[in-house]
Amino acid sequence: MNDSWHTLRRYTQARIAQGRSGCGLPTSSLLDFQLAHAAARDAVRQPWAIDRCVRAVEALGLEALSLATPVADRVQYLQRPDQGRRLDEASRERLETRSREAIDVALVISNGLSSTAVDRHGPALLNTIVEAYRRNGLRLGPVCLVPNGRVALADEIGALLGARLAVIIVGERPGLSAADSLGIYLTYAPRIGNTDAERNCISNIHPPEGLSCQDAAAKLAHLSQEALRRGLSGVGLKDDMPKWLPDSTFT
Amino acid sequence: MNYSTTVHAKNFNFRNLRTLMAKASPRRAADELAGLAADSDLERAVAQRLLAEVPLKTFIEEPLIAPEHDEVSRLILDRHDDEAFAPVASLSVGAFRDWLLADRGNLSALAAGLTPEMVAAVSKILRNQDLIAVARRCRVVTRFRDTIGLPGRLATRLQPNHPTDDPRGIAASILDGLLYGSGDAVIGINPATDHLDNVHTLLNLLDEIISRHEIPTQSCVLSHVTTSMELMRRGAPVDLVFQSIAGTEAANRGFGIDLALLREARAMAESLGRGGRHLMYFETGQGSALSANAHHGVDAQTCEARAYAVAREFSPLLVNTVVGFIGPEYLYDGKQIIRAGLEDHFCGKLLGLPMGCDICYTNHAEADQNDMDNLLTLLGVAGCSYIMGVPGADDIMLAYQSTSFHDALYLRQVLGLRPAPEFEDWLERMGIFDGRNRLADGQAATPLLSHFPVLSEEPT
Repeated sequence: MNDSWHTLRRYTQARIAQGRSGCGLPTSSLLDFQLAHAAARDAVRQPWAIDRCVRAVEALGLEALSLATPVADRVQYLQRPDQGRRLDEASRERLETRSREAIDVALVISNGLSSTAVDRHGPALLNTIVEAYRRNGLRLGPVCLVPNGRVALADEIGALLGARLAVIIVGERPGLSAADSLGIYLTYAPRIGNTDAERNCISNIHPPEGLSCQDAAAKLAHLSQEALRRGLSGVGLKDDMPKWLPDSTFT
Repeated sequence: MNYSTTVHAKNFNFRNLRTLMAKASPRRAADELAGLAADSDLERAVAQRLLAEVPLKTFIEEPLIAPEHDEVSRLILDRHDDEAFAPVASLSVGAFRDWLLADRGNLSALAAGLTPEMVAAVSKILRNQDLIAVARRCRVVTRFRDTIGLPGRLATRLQPNHPTDDPRGIAASILDGLLYGSGDAVIGINPATDHLDNVHTLLNLLDEIISRHEIPTQSCVLSHVTTSMELMRRGAPVDLVFQSIAGTEAANRGFGIDLALLREARAMAESLGRGGRHLMYFETGQGSALSANAHHGVDAQTCEARAYAVAREFSPLLVNTVVGFIGPEYLYDGKQIIRAGLEDHFCGKLLGLPMGCDICYTNHAEADQNDMDNLLTLLGVAGCSYIMGVPGADDIMLAYQSTSFHDALYLRQVLGLRPAPEFEDWLERMGIFDGRNRLADGQAATPLLSHFPVLSEEPT
């Protein structure tokens, strides 16, 4: 049975006026839902093939550092967020023994909760971000690629690299409407133990429906300049940014 | 006190009651993440056996969280009613299970005599069918513009969220929900932003919809309690005051609240005179205290039950456990979500609360809509006061899946559950229901469609 008020769908993406078969969903609506859920599940479960990202980093003339967390697989990743927030021993040593250079921004990329998101938009977003930072004369360190990372991982990496800002690009928890959304988190003076209140977040990056890479990069460049100028990040920096999302729930 | 025993030639030792409770909990990710869970199935079963021997009054004598450090513990002890406790005062946890299962009719008189810890403890040795059978016999009836919790009734919260709080988008989802018979518990919006003007606009929209069509329901915008208080000062039409709550003082501090603030908010709502005495809407969920690093070594399910002590202090119209929202690091899969949903409903009802459940999951949990169908059906049998109604079960603002308007129709059909009586009358008057507890074929002829606020004013 169709619903006569289906024209209301122009006002919202919500699944309204779907009609019904008895009390249940009509078959086509049911199958649409299953398809969206399957895409979201695949985005979570798929491991991340980082090669494309490595090539994208190197094409920008930057060093790509492939690092790891102690997380063994996607199941452990989901159950142990604490393990995704730190580097494994080998990776930590690798950063500790590097010769220090003066760095403004430590860039980190992780698949987080959506490998699909970072596969689909990671390289393009990285391009626009690096371009924007270079325009502003900021010094970039190596770009760290870390599968199975959580947001706070960037704190440890930023601290080990001696960077003034840590920035992580990370796959967001897939929704039914978008399984390929990226988020960016920025922390000033990164160190282990930074709280979520000390971060700024740019979320919902998934062109064409969500935020574009250009707009995200422009926002990030602006926030970064402000963070460096005022010596802080997080809730004190700017309140009209999109609300930050709790680490535990979203990545 | 130390609890120990030998089983299968193995010694088991549990340092204190808190540890015993955690180890006796059915397996869940949150307790594993906190390092509190049993190390093996055998250890869990042994802990359950020892827990069954603990006298109920031990929970009064040995608080799991010291009252000197926690106002929720103080509240629990202050409010404990010896007289109501008397019928079960001499029982152990295990004997209490037997007592509950023996059919004694309505259990509501017992609520004031029970503490959350007693209820959590017994729930740990109840099977799912026990949780259902006992919860069914707890009657909790609350009332604002309609009556929630009557036997044979199932209400729904209509949840018309929109990612940018667009009033037309929200109104479209509300209209869709009403046309499917949803919304008798509350029409409740989670705002995308907590800005005062934004929340005020949404409150006005809900007020206009409810008053123009004389809908016997109430509205809520689920903003922080301080936002609702400021808007009440400005004269906004606030029906229900919302707040997320948890089971420890420290976790509540993480939410930016304490008991005094909730008291103040409730008094303000009362002074508006819009409803009777049921003026609050609380949401909870296992794992929130751990997530705030404020669990004091107490397992997730016991912390959750303690949140119900906070809730009942304020005579809420509705309490909602948002069971699967928190994610797989707390409740890993459908099995854990289903168990937690049944536990929460049982504990809340036994403590005297109007419990509903947001039967839900996120896309990174090992769960799907079939698991939700299972929990939905089980909670329907258990007499759950209300469930969520989200268009197509897909919340496009919070990016998680819940239950749909269709799901409520299904549950009403298979279990013969009716909407709140005042709301059912309204649905029939509007031509939405046909007088036989189901959608009318001609529901599209309802006057709602031509006169709906925001939508019908649109130039076409």
